[in-house]
Amino acid sequence: MNSSVSEASLELDYRELDRIIEEDYQNDKENLIMILQAIQKTYNYLPKPALSYLAVKIGVPVSQIYGVATFYSTFSLEPRGRNIISICLGTACHVRGGDRIHETLVDQLQVHDGQTTSDNRFTLESVRCIGCCSLGPVIKVNEDMHGRLKQDEIQSILSRYE
Amino acid sequence: MPNLTVLDLLKIKEDTQVFLEAPGITTLLICGGTGCHATGGKSVKEALENEIQAKGLGQKARIVETGCNGFCAMGPIMVVQPGGIFYQKIKPEDIPELVDHQLIQGKPLERLLYKDPASKKTVVSQHDIPFFAHQMPLALRNKGIINPEVIEHYIARDGYMGAAKALLEMDKEDIVEQVRLSGLRGRGGAGFPTGVKWDFASKSPGDVKYVLCNADEGDPGAFMDRSILEADPHAVLEGMIIASKAINSHQGYIYARTEYPLAIRRLEIAIGQARNYGLLGQNILGSGHDFDIEIYQGAGAFVCGEETALMRSIEGKRGMPRPRPPFPAIQGLWEKPTILNNVETLANIPQIIIRGGAWYGGIGTETSKGTKVFALSGDINNIGLVEVPMGTSLRTIIYDVGGGIPNKKKFKAVQLGGPSGGCVPEAHLDTLVDYEAIAKVGAIMGSGGAIVMDENTCMVDMARFFMDFIQDESCGKCTPCREGTRRLLEILIKICDGKGEPEDLNNLETLSAMIKDASLCGLGQTAPNPVLSTLRYFRDEYEAHIHEKRCPAKRCVALLKFEINPDICTACGSCFRSCPAEAIEWQKKQPARINRDKCIKCMTCFEKCKFDAIF
Repeated sequence: MNSSVSEASLELDYRELDRIIEEDYQNDKENLIMILQAIQKTYNYLPKPALSYLAVKIGVPVSQIYGVATFYSTFSLEPRGRNIISICLGTACHVRGGDRIHETLVDQLQVHDGQTTSDNRFTLESVRCIGCCSLGPVIKVNEDMHGRLKQDEIQSILSRYE
Repeated sequence: MPNLTVLDLLKIKEDTQVFLEAPGITTLLICGGTGCHATGGKSVKEALENEIQAKGLGQKARIVETGCNGFCAMGPIMVVQPGGIFYQKIKPEDIPELVDHQLIQGKPLERLLYKDPASKKTVVSQHDIPFFAHQMPLALRNKGIINPEVIEHYIARDGYMGAAKALLEMDKEDIVEQVRLSGLRGRGGAGFPTGVKWDFASKSPGDVKYVLCNADEGDPGAFMDRSILEADPHAVLEGMIIASKAINSHQGYIYARTEYPLAIRRLEIAIGQARNYGLLGQNILGSGHDFDIEIYQGAGAFVCGEETALMRSIEGKRGMPRPRPPFPAIQGLWEKPTILNNVETLANIPQIIIRGGAWYGGIGTETSKGTKVFALSGDINNIGLVEVPMGTSLRTIIYDVGGGIPNKKKFKAVQLGGPSGGCVPEAHLDTLVDYEAIAKVGAIMGSGGAIVMDENTCMVDMARFFMDFIQDESCGKCTPCREGTRRLLEILIKICDGKGEPEDLNNLETLSAMIKDASLCGLGQTAPNPVLSTLRYFRDEYEAHIHEKRCPAKRCVALLKFEINPDICTACGSCFRSCPAEAIEWQKKQPARINRDKCIKCMTCFEKCKFDAIF
């Protein structure tokens, strides 16, 4: 993983962080989860320096913020790729062969869940049901749904994302 | 904009009805649910808009994008009014022909109509399609009819009339009494009587109270709440307004899954519109009652569907449950009295207030009143969203509404209630939809996920699947759930890998009983259900895995031999052509053979073989 490299080169825009923490969420520690969501939206993940800064701003220990950030599956403490692939492993998709699609993705991308390809093109994540059971098995690439998938269609779908 | 009065509300209702039902105008209801969006509904809508403009039909036809129609298997869907003409699987390139037939010639385009697989007959009207004919939409009464992003459409269908009645004509005891009388029980899974819950919170002392809506629909295979929020968000807001009067609360929160972006967007729009009309905020409808709602986005934790965990999460903490009592009705969010109701429960409330608790209580069985929405999926023809009266049999849902099992396969079981539930086999298919009747056969009503499984599903693998889910989602606070589910999973993996031992079945049962007894919250207390219910009905499959090292459904890869039965093989060659490892030897008119040295056990040949010749 190259997280340390990209993190060293990452320059945080503290004015942007202030805007999120102060203006949007009034320095209120009870808005912690929503603040984390906003930070992740800005940076695509939760950079450690941003969490340290947040801790001081809202008066919550970093350990507690880390606890929240690792509890919820939406948050990532590592940089993610340009495209996020979410493979649904819910019941309906499982019954219709979602695990085979998962294996194919792992095979083709050479990464496991939560990992990013070395060219930063894709991050693979497995999710538990995105409520598209009528289309199972389903993958979501960024905001696009691809349903009723067969193993041999994966490659052509991935080729559409740069 | 000043707050609406009831007279304003009635005026909007009348004006919108006149506008929507203007004679000579054809309404094209395009489904804008997540399912139809994913199959290309958006581009169909664009093509339709362009075609109508190009042909100058703007005065004759009106396009309305609705929420989920429910018949997701057939998407993208369009229903034409008047007439209720149902078009399915529409592609953008069909649009010119469709517009020509429907709007210019005035006759339906036959090739896009529904064809009944049983009778092979073409069905024109939505009402005549068996999928819809057995349903009774109450919670989903506006699905596929209104544009969820236009509040006036909701008002035209009696929207906010329940809130008006509750705020202006009823006191809080009346409201609680009507809800109690309706017999409505929590639709999130546990089935606790809603009226009793409201009564506790109403009588609980304190000036600050909260109304929460649980839209953290986490059960895999359940998409009812998402569909309600996408199709009729105002019904949920109205249910919350009525609840707020019943317990005297001034602030509500909707805890919604971040995985449902469309539902959240429609809720945001709905809240904005309601505030604009003064239906949320101060002095609603001039009643003197203040109430507002905020959306809170969950961050992906299944356990947050549990009420105390959900409240911790809103407070910005790790979503871990705490012991009850004190119950949330006494001490909930920020230690204040709180009621938490599920989306479907709240969507039923406005109609109960308008038509009276006794009306609702007249539908259903002795102990289960009203209707229940199910998300029907898995190995079934008519995948989609269905709402049936309580007391309907599971067989009716699966065969009459659901259209049975595809590919001439045999029905094996239907899984109800997700990871907390159980499966119901063929022998119990005549069980009625009723909280107690379903519990008696070892499943639970749950939130309404109904996943149908055919003969090719391995029940041991299903138990392993649910246990994998649960142990991953266990919050880790209490030991029986954290450690117990992991041990259950290890045993199940061992059995699926062909390493099962005879004592494993006893161990599964003992461990399950302990986890049920000793876990802190509902997640752990119900976690062993999928194991217990598959053991109850499909013990022979477990035994085949353990004693014969055989998976009867041919699903567990480790137990497959990867050989081809030459007596069944038709020498069609499809396995040979699909094998990515070139491990299959085949010549025309000769049965195929698998070279096990080259085989990578990828299962591709299994899926391609139509004759089940590979074992």
